[in-house]
Amino acid sequence: MALPVVYLLIRAFEADAQQAMDLIFRRRNLDLLFNTLSLTAGVLFLSTLLSYPLAWVTARTDLPFRKTVTTLAILPLAIPGYVMAYTLLSLGGANGTIFTLFGLEFPRISGYIGALLSVTFYTYPYLYLNLRSGFMGLDPAQEEAARSLGYNTRQIFFNIWVPHLKPAYLSGALIIGLYVLGDFGAVSLMRYETISYALFMQYAGSYDRIYAAWLALMLISITATILFAEARLLKGLRLSRVGTGAMRYRNSTLGRWTGFVFAGIGLIVASSLIVPMGTVLFWMTKGATHASWLDVGQSVLNSMSASAPAALLACAMAVPLAYVSVRYPSALSGFFERIAWFGFATPPLALGLAFIFFSLGVAPWLYQSITLLVVAYAIHYLAEALGPIRSALYQAPPRLEEAARSLGFSPFHAFRKATLPLLRNGTIAGAAFVFLSAMKELPITFMLAPVGFESLAMNVWGYTNEAMFADAAPFALILLLLSSVFVGLLFTREIKP
Amino acid sequence: MSVLLRVNALTKRFTPDSPPVVEDVSFDVGENEIFAILGPSGCGKTTTLRMIAGFERADKGSVELNNLVVECAHAHVSPDKRGVGFVFQEYALFPHLSVADNIAFGLPSLSKTDRKIRVEAMIELAGLSGFEARKPHELSGGQQQRVALARALAPMPKIILLDEPFSNLDAVLRQSTRHEIRSMLKKAGLSAILVTHDQEEALSFADRIAVMNKGKVEQIGTPEDVYETPRTEFVALFLGRTNLIKAKARGMEAWTELGALMIDRPMDGDVTLSIRPEHLTLERVNESNCNGCCGTILNREFKGHDITYKIQLQKSECLVHTDNRVNFVAGDRVVVKPVEPAVVLN
Repeated sequence: MALPVVYLLIRAFEADAQQAMDLIFRRRNLDLLFNTLSLTAGVLFLSTLLSYPLAWVTARTDLPFRKTVTTLAILPLAIPGYVMAYTLLSLGGANGTIFTLFGLEFPRISGYIGALLSVTFYTYPYLYLNLRSGFMGLDPAQEEAARSLGYNTRQIFFNIWVPHLKPAYLSGALIIGLYVLGDFGAVSLMRYETISYALFMQYAGSYDRIYAAWLALMLISITATILFAEARLLKGLRLSRVGTGAMRYRNSTLGRWTGFVFAGIGLIVASSLIVPMGTVLFWMTKGATHASWLDVGQSVLNSMSASAPAALLACAMAVPLAYVSVRYPSALSGFFERIAWFGFATPPLALGLAFIFFSLGVAPWLYQSITLLVVAYAIHYLAEALGPIRSALYQAPPRLEEAARSLGFSPFHAFRKATLPLLRNGTIAGAAFVFLSAMKELPITFMLAPVGFESLAMNVWGYTNEAMFADAAPFALILLLLSSVFVGLLFTREIKP
Repeated sequence: MSVLLRVNALTKRFTPDSPPVVEDVSFDVGENEIFAILGPSGCGKTTTLRMIAGFERADKGSVELNNLVVECAHAHVSPDKRGVGFVFQEYALFPHLSVADNIAFGLPSLSKTDRKIRVEAMIELAGLSGFEARKPHELSGGQQQRVALARALAPMPKIILLDEPFSNLDAVLRQSTRHEIRSMLKKAGLSAILVTHDQEEALSFADRIAVMNKGKVEQIGTPEDVYETPRTEFVALFLGRTNLIKAKARGMEAWTELGALMIDRPMDGDVTLSIRPEHLTLERVNESNCNGCCGTILNREFKGHDITYKIQLQKSECLVHTDNRVNFVAGDRVVVKPVEPAVVLN
């Protein structure tokens, strides 16, 4: 993980001082930075607007069908950003869905608004999930205590809820921020120039690799700044319940507002779920004849041939890493774990570029090989495997291994017989997360895939980029199906309604 | 009785600069003996037990099993090679294995038939017949406890170490389980070390007790010994209610606020005495028995078969535990009479 980044630095500093200055302090960088930050701010604002009320009604009110609403609010996670962009792009324009269906020519959504909508719709569930569990953990007794001390609803909102939900909000916002920084598929299709997009253009188009390296470093430093700020903001926050006793939930009554709330939920579900799915199905009926199912099958196989080994590799790295960090927590094991998280947080294009430089510099035979792609996937998604394996390890107390030791087993056998069986489900879940994420992955695949290797995601992107919506549909459909499995898994593991 | 386990001057620090959690702890455990280490939480008793099992290294001192050194500063036999059974406070049953498989876990070297016979015998011994196929989470606390013990007993260790094994059981179950396990151990002819913070548990379960405080052993003896003749203030207070009295001793007698008392060993000068409330009784004041050493009843606690009185003496207070035929009310003037000699503390 560290080595590729070192190579990124080496490449960047190949420029002499004057050239580097020119590259860093050019007007264009400022524009890119402004575009990136305004997209981040916009997405955060819009997702807050969507998730805060949604989290409150599903966690703390008597709204009927709360479980179903929760599921519907999480499902957009299954729609990759570039599929969302594909949907929005294909709506308007002369050959768009609306024109084909109703004969009305509707302006095509693109640029900032397009990027904003497509990124928001597939990332807002992260904020929703965090806020929802924040609301669930809110101790009603605190609210009652404040009420008995004379606070009104507005004061309770600002003095109790806002500070209490802060950690949940920040961690949700962090994930969204990282997605916006790393997003390539949606912004590139929407022709909205962020740093990620420019990095790709620079790499793919003009082959100015030194400038590409500097853009990657800019992305990495923004990411690091965000991570650092988050750690600072969360430092010393301790908001768990201090007292004991059962929590008594008293959910607010919605009464005549229920209909209004359902209308809002309907609007969100329609735009984030029904429209994308409907669009894909619509274009399927238009174009399934053109599309060669052979191509689809080939790209499923391609995607799998890289994703499956990546899942295995990620788990093989995650099991010892999780074991050491849970059983022998130390500065060193904490450092390794942070590297895993940093691999996840690093914008995929920057990571891809780092791997390219690394392979060209150290092992040219690795350049454009499946092996390199697999390693890059595994490192990028290591954190996804680490999560479930870590929590499974917490279910396997060290006493179990000690019990096995006292019954005559060597340290390795004690681990294998007493702990490993308990990690099975966690490891399977971790492998599944990595596998499904790698199947959907676009930018890393773009940069590292061997010539002629075309994954599902690359096909969706490629056809949409050429406005060949019908040809993109079958690939998008398969991706949607795979992603729903991912979300189903996430749902059963992480969310206990 | 021959010595099975010898713990010699064991010392352990978790970090080089911190005070020792276990300091200079020594004791022997004989064959077929049940030994208890009793002390408040944080006194180092569990650490001592874990060093005997081999889960922690000792900084100084040694552990000998059957006259072989298994632990000292430069040698460490790993836990799997010691043949010591261990029962954990939270049982540590393998959640993915059935009761029978948990018990068979430590028997990989036995042939299939031998293993089956052994497991059956253990299930019988632990009174778990009919539960062989259950998973640990389908058992009650007491049953889980017995599986943990059967699993530790199955490989037939010479000695078994029990780390607060009863603390997760409710009060009623605790007493009966304690009784069952004591008879299981005695039937199997095993030695055991029990670690506990519950004085009643140690007194009723063990043949001998070591009382630990702040990493050190304060006293070792039979339950009767440590209860009736505590050697330190800590032991006297930890094993039940007591009266600590400042006194001037000469020979076998000491002078106190209660008047002259017999003491358990000859002493001269200022001493602290311990006398248990049940070793005192009360008499109504009359001209012949007072000698200026009488007191007033402050309050009484009627507990059915006995009564505890709190008496205000000239400077201090004392507790007296009498049977329910000695009847006084608050405000009565009384004389406190010892029925046993007081114990001189070090």
